[in-house]
Amino acid sequence: MTALDFSFFNWNVISGFVIKGFFFSIQLTLIAMIGGIALGTVLALMRLSGKPWLVMPAAAYVNTLRSIPLVMVILWFFLLIPLLIGRPMGAELSAIITFTVFEAAYYSEIMRAGIQSVPKGQVYAGYAVGMNYAQCMQLVVLPQAFRNMLPVLLTQTIILFQDTSLVYAIGAYDLLKGFEVAGKNFNRPVETYLVAAVVYFIICFSLSMLVRRLQQKIQIIR
Amino acid sequence: MKWDWQVFFQDTGGGQTYLEWLMSAWGWTLSVALCALVVALLVGSLMGILRTVPNKWLVLLGNSWTELFRNIPLLVQIFLWYHVIPSIFLTLRGVPSFVLVVFALGFFTSARIAEQVKAGIQTLPKGQRYAGLAVGLTLPQTYRYVLLPMAFRIVIPPLTSESMNIIKNSSVAFAVSIAELTMFAMQAQEETSRGIEIYLAVTGLYFISAFAINRIALFIENRVQVPGMIGGGK
Repeated sequence: MTALDFSFFNWNVISGFVIKGFFFSIQLTLIAMIGGIALGTVLALMRLSGKPWLVMPAAAYVNTLRSIPLVMVILWFFLLIPLLIGRPMGAELSAIITFTVFEAAYYSEIMRAGIQSVPKGQVYAGYAVGMNYAQCMQLVVLPQAFRNMLPVLLTQTIILFQDTSLVYAIGAYDLLKGFEVAGKNFNRPVETYLVAAVVYFIICFSLSMLVRRLQQKIQIIR
Repeated sequence: MKWDWQVFFQDTGGGQTYLEWLMSAWGWTLSVALCALVVALLVGSLMGILRTVPNKWLVLLGNSWTELFRNIPLLVQIFLWYHVIPSIFLTLRGVPSFVLVVFALGFFTSARIAEQVKAGIQTLPKGQRYAGLAVGLTLPQTYRYVLLPMAFRIVIPPLTSESMNIIKNSSVAFAVSIAELTMFAMQAQEETSRGIEIYLAVTGLYFISAFAINRIALFIENRVQVPGMIGGGK
């Protein structure tokens, strides 16, 4: 067993290498979460609309993205976007677009299950008191559906945060990359990977504990 | 843009065509995924069972295992196995990276499988466990003859989707230079500049692999179903 030496880990290493990557990971997670939930809601409503010309494209979108490994999706976008817009695009921006588009597929499935968890009688009741589709969705279905799916959406966001490490494939500078570069510079890769694992664990574990508490708090008792 | 599928018959410079390389990469993807699946099923079932036994230390062990492997990104776990573990335990230095990746992916997935197995056991009515114990079976016998036969049937659908996930997640092995499909995609794209053809072929093979797993799982599900019981359908 070789001795581990963490003594090189000081504030300069953190502020010089890690913080930049940490902020990018957070930024990527937040943008992909907000964009993904927005796009996911549209996709979910399309799939539940019952009109074939809306259901089919949405289903194709979701099923295709869900059956391709995320790393391949990242590579695809990194290859295709420059071809479409005719000029190269930075790995960071490409990652943000990819994750938004990719996570929308996963979020939309959660939204769909959440909306379907609201009993049909609620929709009929809404129509019976004279609401139209939009009012019924906005005032009756979505508030309850959102409550059911909030914990799952947040859990998916934790998974999203973990998955941001996969931008490694196109060399974007995220939290993991920050640790890796620091490890290379100080010739201490073993220690930096260990610290990286601990940091990811602390973030994800405490977030999932919070989600669990929230879940118990907002549960609808039926 | 013009298609150029001829690229697959070009020589890679190493005495094989890109098509042959693609096929061997597919073989690596399937080997990593299937070996990891075996590890994940064994360890995951064990941990899932431990989380339901009436002993708080074993429950704690199962819970900690699940939380540990669920809350660290797969890529970081692969780096831990590849860079960190061999340099802490020097005896593991000679272990091929294929084996390390199989354990990384297997343990990562085992946390998810443990979660499903635990949920499967817990959906069974409590009376089944009591009935088993009441007729004089020991706890292991109750698990073996009463609880697990039903619980495993219940969890076949979620295990199917985990098996499909393992094919997808095996793509992360590119990071430690396993010559699997994603690694092939990255390198062949760079060498040939025919990225779209290469990526399409690779994506297609991922589709086929996941679909095949899905069919096999469906076949198993139909074969083992108990008529009129949960997970049995007909």
